[in-house]
Amino acid sequence: MRLLLITLLALLVATVVGLGATWMTATRGTDLGTLTIGAWTARPKTGTSDVDPYSRATITRNGELPIGTGDGVAFTATTDDRKKPLDGRCDVVVSGVTPAARFWTLTLYDQKGHLVANTLQRYGFTSQEIVRGADGGFEIRVASRSRAGNWLPTGGIERYALMFRLYDTPVGVATRTQRDAPMPQIATVGCP
Amino acid sequence: MIRLLFTIIAGVLLGGVVHLVSVLALPRIATQDAYSRLTPLTKLNAVTQLPPADPSNTVMPFVDPAFAVAVCRYDLSGGPIKLTVPVSQAYTSLSFYTRNEVAYYAINDRSAGKKVIELDLMTEAQHNDLPEDEEITAADRLIIDSPTATGLIVLKALAPEPGLMPQAQASLAASSCAEQADQPAKQAEAPRGKR
Repeated sequence: MRLLLITLLALLVATVVGLGATWMTATRGTDLGTLTIGAWTARPKTGTSDVDPYSRATITRNGELPIGTGDGVAFTATTDDRKKPLDGRCDVVVSGVTPAARFWTLTLYDQKGHLVANTLQRYGFTSQEIVRGADGGFEIRVASRSRAGNWLPTGGIERYALMFRLYDTPVGVATRTQRDAPMPQIATVGCP
Repeated sequence: MIRLLFTIIAGVLLGGVVHLVSVLALPRIATQDAYSRLTPLTKLNAVTQLPPADPSNTVMPFVDPAFAVAVCRYDLSGGPIKLTVPVSQAYTSLSFYTRNEVAYYAINDRSAGKKVIELDLMTEAQHNDLPEDEEITAADRLIIDSPTATGLIVLKALAPEPGLMPQAQASLAASSCAEQADQPAKQAEAPRGKR
């Protein structure tokens, strides 16, 4: 009787630990093969055949299609440069320079990866439609209320993610540092 | 007490095995993966345009709204697939995924270097069976080997401004993805019966 109980306990612990760890890694992701530049994180290997098992599990669980390496690379940010989570009620400024690429897009998603509804039907910017300063630099204001210049509406949601995608770019599996890929800064400039 | 400690240690070790097995098995057992989500929306061995990305359309997460997207869901068991995609004005790319969403190949308009991207998709076995025709060299025809018999080809055309979206969609509408016509009729018939 005691042996049976102990075996059951061991199996229960095994199930909880094993599936719990799988759930954690599949929802939160792992640091395997990540490229972090400032607040931005990319996993260039997810676009190749040697994608790691953890990324594969996350991709199939979320039902997404990773961007192929010959196509481009995607960077995600959920915090600003000071590690403060991106808050849709605050004013966040994305500015600076971008890595070499034929095109880039910046898109705002909620935590499930869906676009956020707004009256402008503005879900992101492409490198072509952005209003730039005289020096070629740009500044995108991510805020819930309308702002001058490049305004990206948040719809006032509490947490969101920014995705910066580079298309036809040398940035990829071989990229290691900020010098290879100068990414724009993200700064929270004011909260109500 | 010691026995209980051993039990927990054994449980944690076994848990590690459960974790590894479940991570490796997840891509196979997932029912909500991109391929399954796209299956009801797309035709087999044909190009289907996806509806434009907007907040009410939640088929797949993290879709880039600046792109017109079309999908060719393929099954190579009836023979190789021929893919023809005219290049749009801004940027066009093709990404190839296996049944389990491994992105095994991607190409864009510039690396293809032509006004119309033309390529043949086949399994490795079909590639090996190709007659070695001296007139058809590798340069004339781009041949891609698919690791699995089924999978997805995602065709994307960029609309640099929202107003250019109809143009991007039009260029994808002109693309085609079909079984090669020069295949023996018997082979081509088999998958059609299943539909």
